[in-house]
Amino acid sequence: MKNNKAEIYWKKNLRYLTILLSIWFLVSFGFGILLADQLNEIQFFGFKLGFWFAQQGSIYTFVILIFVYIFLMNRLDKFYRSKK
Amino acid sequence: MSLQIWIWIIVGLTFALYIGIAIWSKAGSTNEFYIAGKGVNPIANGMATAADWMSAASFISMAGIISFIGYDGSVYLMGWTGGYVLLALLLAPYLRKFGKFTVPDFIGDRYYSNVARTVAVFCALIVSFTYIAGQMRGVGIVFSRYLEVDINSGVFIGMGIVLFYAILGGMKGITYTQVAQYCVLIFAFMVPAIFISIQMTGNPIPQLGFGSESTDGVYLLDKLNGLHQELGFSEYTSGSKSTLDVFLITAALMIGTAGLPHVIVRFFTVKKVSDARKSAGWALLFIAILYTTAPAIAVFARTNLIETVSEKDYSTMPYWFKKWEDTGLLKYDDKNDDNIIQYLGDEQLNELTIDKDIMVLANPEIAQLPNWVIALLAAGAIAAALSTAAGLLLVISSSISHDLIKRIINPEISDKGELIAARVSAFFAVMLAGYFGINPPDFVAATVALAFGLAAASFFPAIVLGIFYKKMNKEGAISGMLIGILSMLFYMTKFKFGWFGGGSSEDWWFGISPEGFGTIAMLINLIVSITVANFTASPPEKIIKLVENIRLPSDDEEL
Repeated sequence: MKNNKAEIYWKKNLRYLTILLSIWFLVSFGFGILLADQLNEIQFFGFKLGFWFAQQGSIYTFVILIFVYIFLMNRLDKFYRSKK
Repeated sequence: MSLQIWIWIIVGLTFALYIGIAIWSKAGSTNEFYIAGKGVNPIANGMATAADWMSAASFISMAGIISFIGYDGSVYLMGWTGGYVLLALLLAPYLRKFGKFTVPDFIGDRYYSNVARTVAVFCALIVSFTYIAGQMRGVGIVFSRYLEVDINSGVFIGMGIVLFYAILGGMKGITYTQVAQYCVLIFAFMVPAIFISIQMTGNPIPQLGFGSESTDGVYLLDKLNGLHQELGFSEYTSGSKSTLDVFLITAALMIGTAGLPHVIVRFFTVKKVSDARKSAGWALLFIAILYTTAPAIAVFARTNLIETVSEKDYSTMPYWFKKWEDTGLLKYDDKNDDNIIQYLGDEQLNELTIDKDIMVLANPEIAQLPNWVIALLAAGAIAAALSTAAGLLLVISSSISHDLIKRIINPEISDKGELIAARVSAFFAVMLAGYFGINPPDFVAATVALAFGLAAASFFPAIVLGIFYKKMNKEGAISGMLIGILSMLFYMTKFKFGWFGGGSSEDWWFGISPEGFGTIAMLINLIVSITVANFTASPPEKIIKLVENIRLPSDDEEL
């Protein structure tokens, strides 16, 4: 029973990682680098959007990603410890 | 009050604070000396990690570099923050669950091999030494600029302070001084930024300010792009580096960050696994405050500078211009003898050369801020350099006293004996770092990038595979680490120092710079490790159990 739970725990963890790291890649390498020239056509307040992602937006997203991860994992830990 | 008196008062007060903390948090056991007794609060650990991470270079040079290269500077901003996402998601919680003292501890135990442990110690020492030499130099330079002592005396004062609190308090002392140093440095960085943002845009938040309209109603960035175009510089908001290279450098810095031993070891100091995750989040938040402000300072300083000097009569230049000219960091060469400053993108016609460090250091003077703000900046720069030096010092001393002496040479050593060994090695590490600070080898600047490349090419794949790939064995990890590091060393020495036939930037493979090659070396490591592991024996059952265990939250933690 316990092993089963450990397996679910790990699978869920891997799914969270995949989703969060995809967003991590998208905002930095995607919006900030590969698509920067296209996004620079869009004006975002006083910024060109690609430039904003490279120097501001990606960093804000990184911070949010870690706090989302903390929330998800704390919830998952609780699930793992419940109904032993 | 004069600037000099202000500087002595503020720097003196911060030093008294650091020494006070050291006496209060004296370490009594190796557990306290290496990992602060695992009792650090996650928010405090976040602050300590942030101070540990942000060096003199982040504080003094980064905004200046961005100021000169515009969009291309994004590699540092994304590279040195994005690594924390990797750390939080892929490394920190598992290493904390593993629960030992150092990174070589993990590598040696996970790969059931003292050869792997020795390779890891070797990498940790190289990475940390290349880094610490630069920090001691940074302390010396800041002292010499602000306190009017020569650089060498500055290095000595810095060595004395670090020696005192690192040897007395170990990780415990370092952690709490780093918390204080974070507060000093972030306050010192933000105050001038906020003042200048208000002056230039009316918005007190620098992150919003540099996307606002300047006082004449034009968006600040549009104005700067216009000035750049007029003077023949490349457009500020788009880059001149190739996309491939920007991509690879960013990746190398991110992965290198996640593989740096002095950062990783900070996550061993908290009480439980969930606290390790939490402190990674807080650390990045605290770092992000500085890293999102730096590009704003870059834009303010750049615009301010161009407007102050471009096409102006030399005799009308303000006081700070002459002052920095005296230090040699600012040079004016009147090529066409018209007494007017031509600051242009064209090398042939340009008459003004500016050192990147001036942008942050002279910013308060350029913006005519009061003396205490300038003094604060000096204290902040010193705090940034000292905190990073201390963190590195601890990695060096624990690599020697714990990984080499306790785990390999003399496992029978008592806790007390190991503690003495740790303090003695910390002492010699400071001496050596001081020596490099006074006699900096030419390659210091080049090797900071090397440190990231090395960390990316060696530790990162070995640790991540050790957690996420159960079948990873010692043969795979050792060959991966060695080939990864050697290919990195080869590429760096070839194109940075001219070994193996040398070569210029035209000869770079596929246009990849040595800084970006860390990513390639990391991939080589990854491929070699997995291939070798598939052709050799699986790790013993005991190790597979260990990996299964570190993947789960521990049972004895309270919820």
